This record gives sequence, structure tokens and C-alpha cells, in this order.
Amino acid sequence: MARIAGVDLPRDKRIEYALTYIFGIGLPSSRRILASTGINPDTRVRELTEGETSRIREVLDREFRVEGDLRREFALSIRRLMEIGCYRGIRHRRGLPVRGQRTKTNARIRKGPKRTVAGKKKAKK
Amino acid sequence: MGRSLKKGPYADPKLLEKVRGMNSRNEKKAIKTWSRRSTIFPDFIGHTMLVHDGRKHIPIFITENMVGHKLGEFAVTRLFRGHAGQQVERRSGIK
Repeated sequence: MARIAGVDLPRDKRIEYALTYIFGIGLPSSRRILASTGINPDTRVRELTEGETSRIREVLDREFRVEGDLRREFALSIRRLMEIGCYRGIRHRRGLPVRGQRTKTNARIRKGPKRTVAGKKKAKK
Repeated sequence: MGRSLKKGPYADPKLLEKVRGMNSRNEKKAIKTWSRRSTIFPDFIGHTMLVHDGRKHIPIFITENMVGHKLGEFAVTRLFRGHAGQQVERRSGIK
């Protein structure tokens, strides 16, 4: 029913939160949209009228960059960093943390699952 | 994190002067510099900078995309040869 910005359709939630299912819309943006369109944030998605839905769409088209476009923008800026060969780009290429975090321990999100190294001593307690 | 907009971007005055001089004389010569903290200005485009990495000067050809970054971002200061006993794998695609 409520299909906004491509594929997103959460149903039984209040729109205030339902809108945040769109990539690029968080709670603050969501609230701003609802305020500017004059929609009650407590309405459930299924209770939205056609008019309200189209008003939301209109604001999204006009003021926000969401989903594919936004992802493309991210990918492009990362590619730029990698191409110019700067430090941040190198970290991206290597799959290591980009913003100066420690890598002696942790950093598992960037480095992926642990790869055990043979012959490495365990830390003593 | 970022620098105050009020102050504007920073580059070593000496370096800036050198580049501008070369631009007005239409010269292209690699400039040796230790000033890793300098921001890359649009004037730098097309020049080659020899940026110090602590040991030697790394040649960096400045392109338009690099404007706004600092020179030091392009000359890595850490030399990592891999861990002991690690077999050296040939990486392709990674510069």
C-alpha cells in the first residue's frame, strides 16, 4: 500500500518511525517531513490517506536524497578517496578502519571474522 | 575535527609562494617539501610535489580531486613489511 521512495513499506507502525525505514531518513528528518506536511506523527501507515502519502513523496523528492541515489553518492566518494591514493583511500582499500581507531585489538567490523595466527602467544591474565 | 571556516585553509606561505611563482612563470618543476600539513590549493593542480615521509620525498602528482586534502595524506609515513613468518602474497590491484 504505502510505497514511498521505491521499495519501502512498513505497515503497522506510526509513520514517524516508519519513514526511518527509508535509507537516508532518520528520526529528525522524519519529524521534519511530518511537521512540514502537517501530518500527525501518531498516524499508522495503513491509516494514511492518498493525499498525505503524496505530500510525503513530494517533500522527499524535493528536499531529500534517499536510497539508491544516496548509496551511489557514498560509493562515489569512497571511490574518489581510493583513486587519489590518500591515506583514507588506502585504509578503504585494505579494509582497515579509516578514522584512526586501534587495530591491535577490535576493529572486527572492518577486518571481518578473526583469523587465528599460528604461533601467536595468548595474552596472559 | 575540521578547521574553522573563519580561518580558511592553511598552506605554508613559503610553499604557496613558490607554487604561485611557478604558475606565473608557467614553469613545471617538482617541488621538494616537508610541509605535510599544507592544504592542497587549486593552484597546485598539475604540479608534482615531493612530499617528505620522514625518510625520503615521495613524488605526488596533484590532480583536481586532491584539492582540499593535505599533502601528508598522500605520503604514508609507516612502513609495514608484514608480520614475521607471514608468507608474502602478491597483491594485484592494490597499489
